[in-house]
Amino acid sequence: MTSWEKWGLFLVIPYLLVFLVFVIYPVSYGLWLARDPQSYVRLFADPIFFRTLINTVIFIVVAVNVKMVVALFLSGFFLHTRWWIKLLSLIFILPWAVPSIPTILSMRFMLNPEWGVINTLIFKMTGLDGPNWLGDPTLALAFSMLAHIWKSLPFWTLILLAGRMAIPAEQYEAASVDGASSWQKFRFITLPSIRSLYLTSVILSMIWTLGDFNSVYLLTGGGPADMTHVLATLGIRYLRLDQVDLALASVVVALPLVLPLVYFMMKRLSK
Amino acid sequence: MKRITWKMVSTEAKLLLIGIPVLLWTIIPIYHMVLFSISPRDQATSGRLWPKEPTLNNFRLVFEQKHFYLDYFWVQLGNSLVIALSVGALTLAVSTAAAFAISRLKVRGGRTVMNLALFTYFIPAAFLAVPMYKTMSNYGLLNSQWSLILAMVTIASPYCIWVLKQASDKLPLELDEAAKMDGATALQLFRLVYLPLMVPSLVAVGTYALLLAWNEYLYAFLLLSKASSVTLAVALGNFVAADDSPWELLMTTGLIYALPPAAIYYTFKRYMVAGLTAGAVKS
Repeated sequence: MTSWEKWGLFLVIPYLLVFLVFVIYPVSYGLWLARDPQSYVRLFADPIFFRTLINTVIFIVVAVNVKMVVALFLSGFFLHTRWWIKLLSLIFILPWAVPSIPTILSMRFMLNPEWGVINTLIFKMTGLDGPNWLGDPTLALAFSMLAHIWKSLPFWTLILLAGRMAIPAEQYEAASVDGASSWQKFRFITLPSIRSLYLTSVILSMIWTLGDFNSVYLLTGGGPADMTHVLATLGIRYLRLDQVDLALASVVVALPLVLPLVYFMMKRLSK
Repeated sequence: MKRITWKMVSTEAKLLLIGIPVLLWTIIPIYHMVLFSISPRDQATSGRLWPKEPTLNNFRLVFEQKHFYLDYFWVQLGNSLVIALSVGALTLAVSTAAAFAISRLKVRGGRTVMNLALFTYFIPAAFLAVPMYKTMSNYGLLNSQWSLILAMVTIASPYCIWVLKQASDKLPLELDEAAKMDGATALQLFRLVYLPLMVPSLVAVGTYALLLAWNEYLYAFLLLSKASSVTLAVALGNFVAADDSPWELLMTTGLIYALPPAAIYYTFKRYMVAGLTAGAVKS
């Protein structure tokens, strides 16, 4: 073994230790604790679990796709060169640049039925009491999705903007000469060029959305009546109720959802 | 002079029609927070766009820890800072070493290590939280800030190694060959050639890890519980546990907590965007 090889081994060891002690061990230990079939029987018998699965699927299908389509649209908007659009792009990035706890709690206060600013304004304008926004499971889940979109939209807009900027300007100029409309330019130049990036972004966003704990937990706490949990918050709910076996079982059940997406990403990146 | 045509006017109008909603959508939750922080307690929920008597009194109350939710404000701010800095430094050390070994020294099995790290990166951290909690309890680290630091290093390093490896692979191979020819040791190559060339990426991933730790809520509230050892993030979350929470103080504390990451982000924006887009866009 040459001295370079020795150094290589020596330098990679710290990470390997971190990986063994804080990834391999917890995962194997968790799987071992979750080996009892009884935990799964009890998990499936919990009505909250079924509701959680539906919420999670709604979250990754609706929230992710709405977010990505809007991000694709806005990436085209931010392509325009105007001084005020440049300024707006600096403000637009704020939700992503600041931590989510204070901003999501701010939204939670806005939505408070008695003192929140939204219902205060509704009362001022119409004299009627506004709805109890977070007291309704459907509305509460919708607002969690909005909070999620609010937080992560800037990031994906930035990514798709970078993708659009990599397209050579000559292609658009040539199309203009041929009299192409802006829809045709989008359809035949932009879309084909960023298709692969867009698909990767959707998959990665689905993975991250599956793990989004804050948007649900900080806005609704899983309520009302535990009706707005997603898989990312359900495990923590069981943990807080001291039902560790159910907590781990709920994570294991999430794996068939996560692993295919992870496999896709690994394939993409190792190309 | 440029002639103003109808087409130009309608283009500008269309852009504004998109820009104004985007501005409102982005700013409202943040403005709401700022509004709370400068409003006296009884006026915070009046629904006015600007308080009748704006005040900085809330900031004074927070800084002087004048509420039982704020008894440990300065300690918790310090905790957040120490933990974020430790995670940033440790992650940087661990991932730079690993990326150098994999990319430049071509350590045997490097590809496998990279794939394992990537796999960890893609598994959502929220799913690792429950097993991590049990593990930390087995290690006897619960309630020690080391548990949070080590957990965050674990979560942050895979992405950092990957970004650093990508950047490092782009450095010309001739550098290493020349260094080898001159009889340089691996350590000299690392110190004199590698580190100086990698500065932009190192800034990007160091900042990434630091912000990840500062912003973290889930792991912080699972792993730490004593009021004097939790981070500011956990303290903010505890505010909403009670119905009679002083919202204006919560929003003021939240604003103070949100300022450092925002400042760091805008300072290092150039590096962050380059590093992050290199991370996500490629493919």
